[in-house]
Amino acid sequence: MNETTLALLKQNAKATVAALNGVSAFQHRLRSMGVKEGKMLRVIAKHHFSGPIVVEIERRQITIGRGMAHKIAVMQES
Amino acid sequence: MKTVVLIGDPNVGKSVLFSRLTGVDVIASNYPGTTVDYLEGRMNRGGKTVEIIDAPGTYSLTPTNKAEEVAVSLLDKADIIVNVVDATSLERCLLLTVELLEKRKPVIIALNMWDEAQHLGIHIDVHELENILQVPVVPTVAITAEGISELVRRLDESRISERPGLKDDDQAWMEVGHIVRKVQTVAHRHHNIWDRLTDATVKSGTGWMVAMGVMFALFWLVRVVGESLIRYCIEPAFELYRVPIDALSGWLGSGLLHKILIGALINGKVDYIQSMGILTTGLFVPFGMVLPYIIAFYLALAMLEDSGYLPRLATVTDNVFHKLGLHGHGIIPVLLGLGCKVPGILAARTLETRKQRFIAITLVGITIPCTAQTAMIFGVLGRYGAPYILIVLGTMATIFLLLGFILNKTSKEECPELFLDIPPYRLPMPSAVVKKTWMRVRWFLTEAMPLVFLGVMAASILDAFGVTDMLAKFTAPFMQAWFGLPGAAGPALLSGFLRKELAIGMLVPLALSPEQLTIAVTVFAFFPCIAALAVMLKELRAKDMLKAVAAMILTSLLVGGILRMILI
Repeated sequence: MNETTLALLKQNAKATVAALNGVSAFQHRLRSMGVKEGKMLRVIAKHHFSGPIVVEIERRQITIGRGMAHKIAVMQES
Repeated sequence: MKTVVLIGDPNVGKSVLFSRLTGVDVIASNYPGTTVDYLEGRMNRGGKTVEIIDAPGTYSLTPTNKAEEVAVSLLDKADIIVNVVDATSLERCLLLTVELLEKRKPVIIALNMWDEAQHLGIHIDVHELENILQVPVVPTVAITAEGISELVRRLDESRISERPGLKDDDQAWMEVGHIVRKVQTVAHRHHNIWDRLTDATVKSGTGWMVAMGVMFALFWLVRVVGESLIRYCIEPAFELYRVPIDALSGWLGSGLLHKILIGALINGKVDYIQSMGILTTGLFVPFGMVLPYIIAFYLALAMLEDSGYLPRLATVTDNVFHKLGLHGHGIIPVLLGLGCKVPGILAARTLETRKQRFIAITLVGITIPCTAQTAMIFGVLGRYGAPYILIVLGTMATIFLLLGFILNKTSKEECPELFLDIPPYRLPMPSAVVKKTWMRVRWFLTEAMPLVFLGVMAASILDAFGVTDMLAKFTAPFMQAWFGLPGAAGPALLSGFLRKELAIGMLVPLALSPEQLTIAVTVFAFFPCIAALAVMLKELRAKDMLKAVAAMILTSLLVGGILRMILI
């Protein structure tokens, strides 16, 4: 296990959401879409040129902008 | 009359459920595709009419954008709240549910996508869920209508939950977690071939290839459907229409009224493309050449929307749109603009910042050819072959990218990031697709078409009184020098601004070379019609509108001049 952010994960990497940073409205939005502490996620796609990251979480896929992904702390499975 | 409000997260099948519950009598209180729209319909239930409102999707009662604000405020109208929950993502949907139960209004829950949940190995104990929430829970499959009659039958059982109130957000999340642990069990499932294929459509390399293929298929479908409509419906209808038109033409004789209504006779006959009268060309072009493609376009778009592909397209194109100051959502105004610019411009409301809205509206207004403009491009250049058409479309695409890039640089404001739910792929339901298409076509006929006709009238009258000819004389030297077009192309360009349909008819008799036509058509295509201009002004306000118009004029002058140097 090593701690990093969602933005630094590679395609196909698996990780657990450790903490959400940023203002509370942002955290609320993430949680209401299923991105919550303790949930497992997998990186489905990582787009070039600082493009968005697509993750699968709770059997659903979500597109998250790169800047947002920097604010999601995760524990990566080794 | 009782009012039932359907509310739920986005992509839970709410609209399909709505279309199952209501009849054909559905009205959109704003244009579909913009955020602040919602549908109203009626259901007959035991001799009584019940009003049904389809609220925009929202993840919680703490709104994060305009659409969610609308959804929350619509709840005030509700006598009964139907909370549509996606059985395949129970945990996510339940936050809204526990918030709704606090509203002290009768609630009933439609546990939709029930079949899909079972397919995925998700088991939900419905009785236990009813006990915990203290409101009725009905499993439904909106696509196949399973459970819909039970939902309707149990509407009266909806009730105000007696659950103790929640203190804050954190407690709501704890509650949700607690409920899910009690009622749901999930069997483990491996990634299969289908999952891998669908994943490929959101990845960077394969995603682009799929996007190209989908766009190609979309336009192929529009062409096939549009051409069939013309061949089998429109052309026979206009042949029948010849009889009263010829009679009217004979009765009017020659004179000003004949010139305005019927226009000029070509070889002693009415020619729908070249006559230019309000009742001949003025009717034929919008109804005979544009409307069939509008219908075909909205049909194809509705299928694309209901299949669940659009969020993937937005994801794949996001990094390109970021260079233009937009994010992946920018694809929505662009797609709609390919049909008619007016809804395309209105759809820019979904974008978060003023900068984004300005860029999206300006790009759609100037560089995205609508159905009428595409018809004009193909109508004028089709006979000279594909290369000329490709020059026009390629120029427009280049200008789209360049102009977006420049507009992005003019303001430092940061573009917000994409944050989207990607629903699973679903087979579109034919009746829902037809309903959506019909609503948009009806909107086009009642909202956009009258404005276009006003433009037609104004142009015909100016034309009949010789105003256009006069203007043309003044601009002739410039036409020749800058665009390399004969002075006679002036009236076509000027009145084509008011009456796009005139363009084809006026350019054809001028005997221009294909290169000259290419220049004329490209310059034309940068100007939106009166209806689109009016909506641009309304959405942008005076200051931004001035900038957009300046960009429009500069673009057409520069591009026309450059093309002239290259082509002639």
